[in-house]
Amino acid sequence: MIKTAPATTASARMRAAFSEGRLTWSGVALTVFSILVYLFLYAPIILLVIFSFTRDEFGVRWTGFTLDWYIRLFNNPRMMGAAWNTLVVATISTIVSTIIGTLLAMAMERYRFRGRGAVEGLIYLPIVVPEIVMAVALLAFSAIVFDLIKLVTGETLRRSLATVTIGHIAFSISFVVVVVRTSLKNFDRRLEEAAADLGADSWNIFWRITFPLILPGIVGGALLAFTLSLDDFIISLFLSGPGTSLLPVEVYNRVRRAVTPEINAISTLMLLLSMALVAISQLLQRRR
Amino acid sequence: MAMLQQQQQRRDRIRLALLLTPGLLWLILFFALPLVIIFVYSFMSNDALGRVVYEPTLNNYITIFTQSLYINAYWRSIWTSVLTTVICLLIGYPLAVFIARSPQQWRMPLLMLILIPFWTNFLVRIYAWQIILANNGIINGFLELIGVGRLSLLNNEGATLIGLIYGELPFMVLPLYAAIDRFDFTLMEAAADLGANKVQAFLRIMLPMTMPGIVAGSVLVFIPTLGQFVVSELLGGAKVDYLGNLIQRLFLRANPINWPLGSAMAVLMMIVLLVFIMLYFRATTEEER
Repeated sequence: MIKTAPATTASARMRAAFSEGRLTWSGVALTVFSILVYLFLYAPIILLVIFSFTRDEFGVRWTGFTLDWYIRLFNNPRMMGAAWNTLVVATISTIVSTIIGTLLAMAMERYRFRGRGAVEGLIYLPIVVPEIVMAVALLAFSAIVFDLIKLVTGETLRRSLATVTIGHIAFSISFVVVVVRTSLKNFDRRLEEAAADLGADSWNIFWRITFPLILPGIVGGALLAFTLSLDDFIISLFLSGPGTSLLPVEVYNRVRRAVTPEINAISTLMLLLSMALVAISQLLQRRR
Repeated sequence: MAMLQQQQQRRDRIRLALLLTPGLLWLILFFALPLVIIFVYSFMSNDALGRVVYEPTLNNYITIFTQSLYINAYWRSIWTSVLTTVICLLIGYPLAVFIARSPQQWRMPLLMLILIPFWTNFLVRIYAWQIILANNGIINGFLELIGVGRLSLLNNEGATLIGLIYGELPFMVLPLYAAIDRFDFTLMEAAADLGANKVQAFLRIMLPMTMPGIVAGSVLVFIPTLGQFVVSELLGGAKVDYLGNLIQRLFLRANPINWPLGSAMAVLMMIVLLVFIMLYFRATTEEER
């Protein structure tokens, strides 16, 4: 009947765990190390949020609570305009790149054709080309196109939200293709064959069978495209024209001059938006 | 029957064309063609007003290789990218092991915690470090409290490195986790039973088997780091020039701007990248054999 007495104190429990080999020093070291890395990842973000409520005019230390910076932010037409521009660009970019990317994914996953390898290369290249290279290339390209348009029609065009949107779509397509292709790969094609046997035409098969089943993948791709566009800074910097600033560019321009808590406030809001998007995509995946 | 088949084939071809055309058109027009343009630009001249002059020349490349300002930026960027990649690997590998070895119900949340910073704006994450490292910031406040006194933590290459590691770490952890999660840890016990010590078991079994994750993570970290300019500007104080800083200046802010020279720098950067990735792939696959 004599069993080892239940370890009552934490230290006794620890000692028991060590002697039984459930706990090892290397395991403890790994855990401590990992906790430190998580702290390293989160401390800056948490401090940023905290310091968006500080009274300190530089926003780098805690001197009391205030909502002033948020109020100032909402009364700053430049920032609000940039925020609006960012949302417009992200929305259009998401819609276009999701449609185009889904079509490409269907073609790549369902058909064998000549030059497929080359197309594959073209689709995945934007993921590995450094963004700054893509940005300067698009800048040079837009300048040439504008020169040509001026030559032909005499109209002077400038870089604008349209050029930024075109750039965002160009790099988002690849990511949408990657995500949608995964859901097409997991797709049971016998369902389509069954529908065909039952007399459905291909239009009906797509909208009634294929589309609903790959919809989570498409939504996942769309959310990724939306986040990529919201977060993009480099292409936005090179391709936006005067007076059509986007939020990350506006933040960059202000941060380069001086640190103000207003930036902490807008950063906190951007953080919240990103986290909401992650939460939505997680919920969607769980439903799948 | 043959006619029906032909009809079906034709319909398939039309459908394929409809699926491919918008995407291919967009990628060729707004991705491939612009890359061709900067390649061509890199062999053109520039006038005093910063306009591109269509006279073929090799001067841009000669300038890059002969002027220390440019060639040094390449070395600095390459060295910094290698250092960032190695440190991310050294931090990311144990972390990925920790996540993969956690109880099943903890793995997804732990991974999500890595993902959330990855989904938040890069600029915002870098800016957060400006707050921490500022002269009147939290670390200096602490140092003053314990009597060390304030240090100049911002606007140096160390701050740039911290920002880069911080920004790119998630890109390293995710592919590493994918590889390590698939690794069968009982193999390590088998190796121990056969007389291998922990280091041998790691080097001979675990490392080669998780190599795909290491390669993918390293490439994902190396690429954006090589072309970065935001981190060195916001945390490094733009004191020294990295590749990205020079390219950005040549295209947007220099007086006069010099697109041909900037294009040549971008083209050379792509070549450096390709060479590095190829060498890396060769080195890591040889180890596997």
